[in-house]
Amino acid sequence: MTLVEIIQSRETLISTMKKYGVVFVLVFMIIGISIAQPAFLSRVNIFNVLTQSSIFGIMALGMTFVIISRGIDISVGSILGLSGVVMASLAQTSSAVSKYYPNLAEMPLIVPILAALIIGGSIGAVSGWLIAKTNIPAFIATLGMMTIARGLALIYADGKPISTLMPSLTALGGKLFGVIPIPVIIYFIAIVVSWILLNNTSFGKNVFAIGGNITAAEVSGVNVSKNLVMIYAYCGLLAGLAAVVFAARVGSVHPGAATGYELTAIAATTIGGTSHSGGIGTIWGAFVGALALAVLRNGLTLLGVGAYWQQVTEGAIIIVAVVVDMRKNVKKH
Amino acid sequence: MSGHKYILQMKNIIKKFPGVLALNGVQLDVGYGEIHSLIGENGAGKSTISKCIAGIYTPTSGEIIFDGKKLEKYNTSQALKLGISMIHQELSPVLTRPIMENLWLGREPKNKLGLVDHKKMYELSKLVLKEIDLEEDPRRLMSSLTVAKMQMVEIAKAVSYNSKLIIMDEPTSALTEKEIKQLFKIMRKLKDQGKSILYISHKLDEIFEISDRVTIYRDGQYIDSREISNIDTKSMINLMVGRDVNEMFPKIDCAIGDVKLEVNHLTHSTHFNDVSFKVRRGEIFGIAGLVGAGRTEVLETIFGIRKKVSGEIKIDGRKVAISRPRDAINYGMAFLTEDRRLTGIFPVLSVRLNIIISNIRKYVGKIGLLDYKRIHEDCDDFVDKIQIKTPDLQQRIENLSGGNQQKVLVARWLLTGPDILFLDEPTRGIDVGSKSEIHKLVTKLAGEGKSIVMVSSELPEVMGMSDRIMVMHEGTVTGILENSKDLTQERLMAYATGNIE
Repeated sequence: MTLVEIIQSRETLISTMKKYGVVFVLVFMIIGISIAQPAFLSRVNIFNVLTQSSIFGIMALGMTFVIISRGIDISVGSILGLSGVVMASLAQTSSAVSKYYPNLAEMPLIVPILAALIIGGSIGAVSGWLIAKTNIPAFIATLGMMTIARGLALIYADGKPISTLMPSLTALGGKLFGVIPIPVIIYFIAIVVSWILLNNTSFGKNVFAIGGNITAAEVSGVNVSKNLVMIYAYCGLLAGLAAVVFAARVGSVHPGAATGYELTAIAATTIGGTSHSGGIGTIWGAFVGALALAVLRNGLTLLGVGAYWQQVTEGAIIIVAVVVDMRKNVKKH
Repeated sequence: MSGHKYILQMKNIIKKFPGVLALNGVQLDVGYGEIHSLIGENGAGKSTISKCIAGIYTPTSGEIIFDGKKLEKYNTSQALKLGISMIHQELSPVLTRPIMENLWLGREPKNKLGLVDHKKMYELSKLVLKEIDLEEDPRRLMSSLTVAKMQMVEIAKAVSYNSKLIIMDEPTSALTEKEIKQLFKIMRKLKDQGKSILYISHKLDEIFEISDRVTIYRDGQYIDSREISNIDTKSMINLMVGRDVNEMFPKIDCAIGDVKLEVNHLTHSTHFNDVSFKVRRGEIFGIAGLVGAGRTEVLETIFGIRKKVSGEIKIDGRKVAISRPRDAINYGMAFLTEDRRLTGIFPVLSVRLNIIISNIRKYVGKIGLLDYKRIHEDCDDFVDKIQIKTPDLQQRIENLSGGNQQKVLVARWLLTGPDILFLDEPTRGIDVGSKSEIHKLVTKLAGEGKSIVMVSSELPEVMGMSDRIMVMHEGTVTGILENSKDLTQERLMAYATGNIE
């Protein structure tokens, strides 16, 4: 190799590292953890990590649409709580002890699932509508909806968890052929659907346009209001889907469930390189970001780091990942 | 003058950015008490060199001598202390705070307790504002000022720093004729006090009016420096673009057809009153007037960006209801807006997405997915047709020069296949070469039978391009004039200022 080639290859390495900064952080984390604790790389543990990331990972997919449009949705944790308890109340076995609807016969699985998705989507749509019609900041609109949804969940469930769910629902928390966790399959389907929506539909392009310059989008003929409603509705719908996975894995839903998950979802999206200044972001990034958080949590647990220190480390990683990532968006002149 | 002739000497300056050689060994000499203009096409390196002077960039190599001393690496606050101020192309005042707090930002006068002394700040501000003849209460909020006044405040700031060299990067692009006169008055006053001004502008007539000397750059290279008395417009343009630009306004007469767009008694609650006009197929209809005359607002209201109070709009003789831009686009209208950054481009998005965004529905295939093959074909087509210079279409549009960004926006609107085109200051802030290309394109579109409505503050442009000219003054139409040979700039200005018998 000549000197020039060495320099060139070094330059491409640096630019590649900048481009995929978070992936490198992730790879280094995986290498480090698996050297210290080889059990990390076992098939069971890898699926564990993916399963653990699936709930906030699904939320992060919707959050990616929202953040690319230069918004934020802090209501997704509460949406999970509300759609979760309603779904659970419709999915109890007939033999459940404290049954929410004592006379309700067991229904086909699709009914409670649709209920969760519809509730999630509707609350998101309301947030989107508020943002579009009243021009209040997304943070405020979804802060309001977050509080309302959590309140409604507590009222609906009377503050108590709803449990003894149908086996057909809890089976979704299990494994396909005893190998692949079904939450991971659901997560991957959501990834593919979101990827296509964002990259191959006019809706996706409008999301980028709204985040890139909302005034120009309006002038260019983009139906901004309609698209904002759709963006938040999709984000809410995915929070409803996350509720399904949550109920399936846990086997019961508490009205206070998933408190704080919205922040994890935002963190995952942000780590994955989606820019809060709008117009920039990828589904792939949201996946990598969620995975990085899950690897970190799992790895630190395997290494025997205490839960409190885990939080400190997680916070630091969020900051470092975003600092690294910002560097690639710095204007060159 | 202290022994040496120049306050600023820059020798053999090279500035490299990753992948770009922005300045290739340029020089620049500014004399004491001199107004020195720096001209060149977009991308010539004017902004880069000014940023090097102001300490925003550090040159990769080269020598900077200021007031007899050789300067090493320095930043903006050090530059200010040395006596170098820069008034930026885009102002960034703190809008929600008063004038005086903007003036003394970061160096507020303090009392004994170390707290901000507002009374002293007020007195000092009054003095500084008086020095540049700006009669404003220092306690007025920045947000209540016009762009021109904000610029004056910036100049006041430079004065308050006792700057020896003031760099002005396109200060007049948003000013009215009157405001420009006021600015020039102040510039001459500063010059008489022995201060030097480096003036950057695209407007050649202004350069002839105000400067003592002029330096020309092209593609990051120094071309020439001349006394202003030693150069004329034609040679200036030739030096800038490196070729002859003969066809400044290539208007060709073309067949004018039936009335396409008709506006009757259109009224807006604040901006304009009772505006009526007709535009025919193949016609270029100019709208002239001073800033604040309501020209842009008329277009915005027709296009559905603003709400009208009364009046009607007819297309092909039929009354149409337009309540948002989407409706206007569906009626075959397109609107190249005045403020490229605010209402035009999507800075971080690709050139390609910037081209197709208004037309995205056309590319949705059978199952709702986008047909990328057709998108690529159409975009490539336009890049060839109107010569957009970009390394590739995945490039962010913010990396393109102003002229090329404007061409991308033109492509966006042409892709919608419009019959009526609104062009609001279509060549503002873009270089001479791109300007003439856009003029040619506009003429060609008119030749294809499209109706074109063009707002422009540059009288030569309106007069060179239009078939008819509507002149507005403070929200009312003062006249619709045939653009004949005997129409003079003076007569147009009389209409624009409302001074008609």
